[in-house]
Amino acid sequence: MNENGHNVVDIRSLKKYYPVRGGVFKRHIADLKAVDDIDLSIRKGECLGLVGESGCGKTTLGKTILRLHEATDGRIYFDQPKDKIEEVERLLASQRPEEIARGKTLLGIMDITRVSRKRLLALRKKLQIVFQDPSNSLNPRMLVKNIVAEPLVTQKLVESRELEDKVVSLLNTVGLAREHLMRYPHEFSGGQRQRIAIARALATNPDFVLMDEPTSALDVSVQAQILNLLKKLQSDFSLTYLFVTHHLLVVKYISNRIAVMYLGKIVELSETEELFTNPLHPYTKALLSAIPVPDPDTGIEKIILSGDVPNPIDPPSGCRFHPRCRHAREVCREEVPKLESAGEAHQVSCHLWREL
Amino acid sequence: MEKEYIDEAGFSRETTAFPELRRPRQPGKHPRLREFIFSVKRFLSNPLSIIGLLIILSFAVIAILAPILAPPPYPDDPYKMPHKGWQMTPSPPSPENPFGTLQQQYDIYYGIVWGARNAFRIGFFVVLANLVVGIILGSLAGYFGGVVDEIIMRITDIFYSLPFLVIAMALVVAIGRGLTSIILVLIILGWPTYTRVIRGEILVIREKEYILAARASGASHLRIIFKHVLPNSIYSVLIIASMQVGTVLITAAALSFLGLGSETGYADLGQMVSTSRNWIVGPPDDRLAYWYVVFIPGFVIALFVLGWNLLGDAARDVFDPKLRRR
Repeated sequence: MNENGHNVVDIRSLKKYYPVRGGVFKRHIADLKAVDDIDLSIRKGECLGLVGESGCGKTTLGKTILRLHEATDGRIYFDQPKDKIEEVERLLASQRPEEIARGKTLLGIMDITRVSRKRLLALRKKLQIVFQDPSNSLNPRMLVKNIVAEPLVTQKLVESRELEDKVVSLLNTVGLAREHLMRYPHEFSGGQRQRIAIARALATNPDFVLMDEPTSALDVSVQAQILNLLKKLQSDFSLTYLFVTHHLLVVKYISNRIAVMYLGKIVELSETEELFTNPLHPYTKALLSAIPVPDPDTGIEKIILSGDVPNPIDPPSGCRFHPRCRHAREVCREEVPKLESAGEAHQVSCHLWREL
Repeated sequence: MEKEYIDEAGFSRETTAFPELRRPRQPGKHPRLREFIFSVKRFLSNPLSIIGLLIILSFAVIAILAPILAPPPYPDDPYKMPHKGWQMTPSPPSPENPFGTLQQQYDIYYGIVWGARNAFRIGFFVVLANLVVGIILGSLAGYFGGVVDEIIMRITDIFYSLPFLVIAMALVVAIGRGLTSIILVLIILGWPTYTRVIRGEILVIREKEYILAARASGASHLRIIFKHVLPNSIYSVLIIASMQVGTVLITAAALSFLGLGSETGYADLGQMVSTSRNWIVGPPDDRLAYWYVVFIPGFVIALFVLGWNLLGDAARDVFDPKLRRR
């Protein structure tokens, strides 16, 4: 991993709200805050794990980066040098209207959520996705040949004469072969289908691939194969992954850094090793204690969280975790904690992390 | 490193890691051909499908060979039925008129042969037009949603709220009596069913992740609709269409029977039944004296509708993804 390289994706105060409509005239009555004011940088060549329970907004965050969902507010910079991003951020934060205007025009070329249709089409080459369930992400009426070739065709990257050879070489890189070209997805096993989906994601030679729980629909034995394949592909093609999952051991295996999400917010962000040995946020501690340990006499104390995830339409005040946190105090109810640095390469969003 | 390349079926090692060992590709059938053969086998596995197919095929043969089976006396207007004399009482089947005649001695045999051709004309015209309109509007409503969906679906709701036969009659009268008007009116009133069905199917398909994957790779809306959405959603509407070919004919015949169809003497099955209205019951001493004037055209209509219904069922057996494997 290149520590000094710039970030592939830089997310600044990103918000994704889903309007909740009600009444006879479908008035806008509330917002479901799926992603609420998130800052996150994904470094070139790393695999950033994004964990959290279902409904916490991790998939929404990923899909907003790919602009499969339109962001409500915030900025997503793709592959921009750090100083340029800071310059734009400074312009946007300034008081002078002409500087804000200049910042906004710059955003039009740098920000994924604002780029024009034409630029977006070019960006799509660089941003790809692998979905959770391959039986849902492959068109059942298309041949493997056409499924894998689709990004090449829509992006007009390869001439039709070379198309088949290109597809075969893609299939080879994921462990399939020419003989699989002329088959339908239903003729494959789950693991093989996921390989086809991976081949499709690699077709345009992307920089950044969103892994949306790519292993959770698979058998455990196949999961390991796919994880190894993804790891190998990452180094072979120098890819950057955002690995969304709720499976902690999977991210521990594949990720360099891990971000923990709770109810639309990032509560902790750290190097993988550090997070597993020294979790700071009470939520992360609870998550880690839930990992089954194959030893009946283990001394690890299980932290059982009471209650459910609160409704994201009406999130708790202050720290979003406070109703379920056993350390919660007055300050947690009143003030929203900021993501602050807690040692080298470790950030946490908790008022009390120093004491716990 | 090879270890990671073995997949669960265990055949990738030899095909990828050691390309020189790659097995010669088996000259198998093209997968589309395989799917087609599979469909045909499914189709033939149901005897009712075969009966339906035979009925429709024989109708098709009759329609195609109409000029040979019943040479038209007026080549300019083959749908004009020949008649000998003006005698009002129908005459029973005879060597000269194998199915008998209607009033004014219109030959029923001629009417059936050219009526079969006409039946296809009505059915195909109406159903094709409905399909085209339904697919376009249904795709717009289902795929784009929002205001477009709202407008299109409210219009179909209006059409659904109208009492069909009353509106059909009013429209035919407004446009002017005749078969062309009936066809036109059936097109105007028929599309909402197709629109609704295709919209519902698309709403399901739209949420599939392969649509998102296509969008993530930069595919245009048109490409997504034609390559991903329609191929996966069109089959239910095709099944409905194949059943509707028969239903449309029966509706057209009903409108004809109500006196809104073509003139007496036009080779149309509905018109023949309509002309026979006065001869359904015979004189008091022989109530069934004129059975042939109603029974024969009526039976032919029923057979035509039955054929399409069976074919529609067969289409469902073949196309319905829930009944199909996978």
